[in-house]
Amino acid sequence: MNRKIQQFVFEHKKVVIPIAALIFLGLPFFVTNSYFLHILIMVCIYICLALSLNLVTGYAGQLVLGHAAFYGIGAYAGALLMLKLHVNFFAALLLSAAITGFFGFLLGMPALRLRGDYLAIVTLGFGEIVRLVFVNWKGLTRGPAGLPGIPSPQIFGFAISGRTEFYYLALILALFTIFFMVKLINSGVGMAMQTVKNDEIAAEAIGIQPRKYKIMAFVISSAFAGMIGCFFASYLSYISPTAFVYNTSMTILTMVVLGGLGSIMGSVLGASILVIVPEMLRFLNDYRMLIFGALMVFMMIFKPEGFWGAGKRRRNIYKINSEVPDHGSNS
Amino acid sequence: MAQILNTVNVTMQFAGLTAVDNVNIDQKEGEILALIGPNGAGKTTLFNMLTGVYKPTSGEIFYKGENITGLRPFQLVRKGITRTFQNIRLFKDMTTLENLLVASPDCKDENILAAVFGGRSLRQKRGLVVEQCESILEILKLQDKLEELACNLPYGKQRLLEIGRALATGADYLLLDEPGAGMNSMEKEELAQVIRYLTKEMHKNILLIEHDMPFVMGISDRIVVLDHGVKIAEGLPSEIQNNQQVIEAYLGKGIPEDDD
Ligand SMILES: Nc1ncnc2c1ncn2[C@@H]1O[C@H](COP(=O)(O)OP(=O)(O)OP(=O)(O)O)[C@@H](O)[C@H]1O
Ligand SMILES: [Mg+2]
Repeated sequence: MNRKIQQFVFEHKKVVIPIAALIFLGLPFFVTNSYFLHILIMVCIYICLALSLNLVTGYAGQLVLGHAAFYGIGAYAGALLMLKLHVNFFAALLLSAAITGFFGFLLGMPALRLRGDYLAIVTLGFGEIVRLVFVNWKGLTRGPAGLPGIPSPQIFGFAISGRTEFYYLALILALFTIFFMVKLINSGVGMAMQTVKNDEIAAEAIGIQPRKYKIMAFVISSAFAGMIGCFFASYLSYISPTAFVYNTSMTILTMVVLGGLGSIMGSVLGASILVIVPEMLRFLNDYRMLIFGALMVFMMIFKPEGFWGAGKRRRNIYKINSEVPDHGSNS
Repeated sequence: MAQILNTVNVTMQFAGLTAVDNVNIDQKEGEILALIGPNGAGKTTLFNMLTGVYKPTSGEIFYKGENITGLRPFQLVRKGITRTFQNIRLFKDMTTLENLLVASPDCKDENILAAVFGGRSLRQKRGLVVEQCESILEILKLQDKLEELACNLPYGKQRLLEIGRALATGADYLLLDEPGAGMNSMEKEELAQVIRYLTKEMHKNILLIEHDMPFVMGISDRIVVLDHGVKIAEGLPSEIQNNQQVIEAYLGKGIPEDDD
């Protein structure tokens, strides 16, 4: 059944995408409950986080267990820029992406010498160190007390403060992330990244420098996590280290794996489901995580490739994108 | 004729084992050179040094007169050297065409921003890359398998696809490690034609390892024989066929007809 849905979506994407877009654009007209809007905003945030992790783990094959650290660096960088230096939100968004990307580069450099389990442990340690810095560098981060009063975004003097407006902003960021990732993955750069995951020795033998593409994946992945971290800070107007713990990293990784490693649609679905379902199960109180855990084990046993495995991707998007009517002479 | 490759006393030691021992080979431009020898003779190890997978324990490697010892494989590809593998190493979950595209320098050197935000000129550039790759696949008679996943191709086609991927890098010196292994006689005939086409029409230089003696004798201009890491003979196919030392190296049984 899943396969049929996938085919349907691919074949009718000219219709499906605009309809989906309309639904998402129209949602605030139906969903007026601010709790539901909050969930939708969190869905958008986690879509960005899952997609960015998917780039480095799903496509470039580097297992990262500390993705929340980048989310946190972006959030703190953005918050501090806005609070201390009174930087405009949109500038802060770009700057925190750049700062976080730089941290991704710093982590990527030593991490590249490591493989598999060792890399996973280093990224795990990195996540923990970053959290400890948030907790202990009280002069800058106010430690566990967190940073309150982070300003809302301003566009031409108009403040984005309502849930509906934040929802649209989150939607734009999520759509931009999806757009960027789809284009990147189907480009030459993206294909080269995937060969690094596939077989590094073969990749080198055809002129691909694995380090270069791994670093690229690290930097882009962390920059997107940082960008959405900055949005998160402004949206909640308060951040503290508890949002960027190991658990958050695991949640993001679960979204990617459950959705399907190396699949854009998979990450989007994984993020949506893993934000919405636990909320729906709230009435179960403490049993919630138990049932949720059982569901995940069930999933991994019966559908290990995820909701939307990469196996059924469209082929040769590079080629299809490249078809120019006035060009193709021999085909 | 100009020299394309030569080695000076290359040696590779693995924890006490000398896999390649002071080997000197040289290859002229346009010549098909074959490397033969019994299992474990050190042929693949020599390939691994020539293509930068291993750094020689001692000795030097020159490509067109330039010392390339110790360069990494991806650097050597930029100089024009690439290879195929004894145990096929295609990108299994990519299609035939994608396996070539990703090897093409224009494709992997795309700039990220251009790749994401590019418009018409990017599409045109990509169109050209696709055409180039398709024409390579035509030479290999794989043009009707463009959309097939590499892992779903028959074994013989996978070997050809690996050659295609090597060609797509634009390199003009190809090292083929047992390109005919696992092929039936018809496929081997096709392979021989492809190799001839590459040298005659595309002016590629080829160094190949092969166990199938009739195939090697038929295709190569010159043969180098390794045994226990040492070069024991070198010469024209007819000379090698009757070389006593070579015959002994193959366990005194004479040169095998085809041991695969
Ligand atoms: N990475 C390595 N570490 C240790 N020993 C190695 C390594 N690579 C090769 N060897 C050893 O070096 C010797 C030569 O191996 P090589 O693969 O070069 O032989 P070959 O001539 O290609 O043989 P075949 O015809 O079976 O492919 C063998 O004894 C092998 O076990
Ligand atoms: Mg070998």
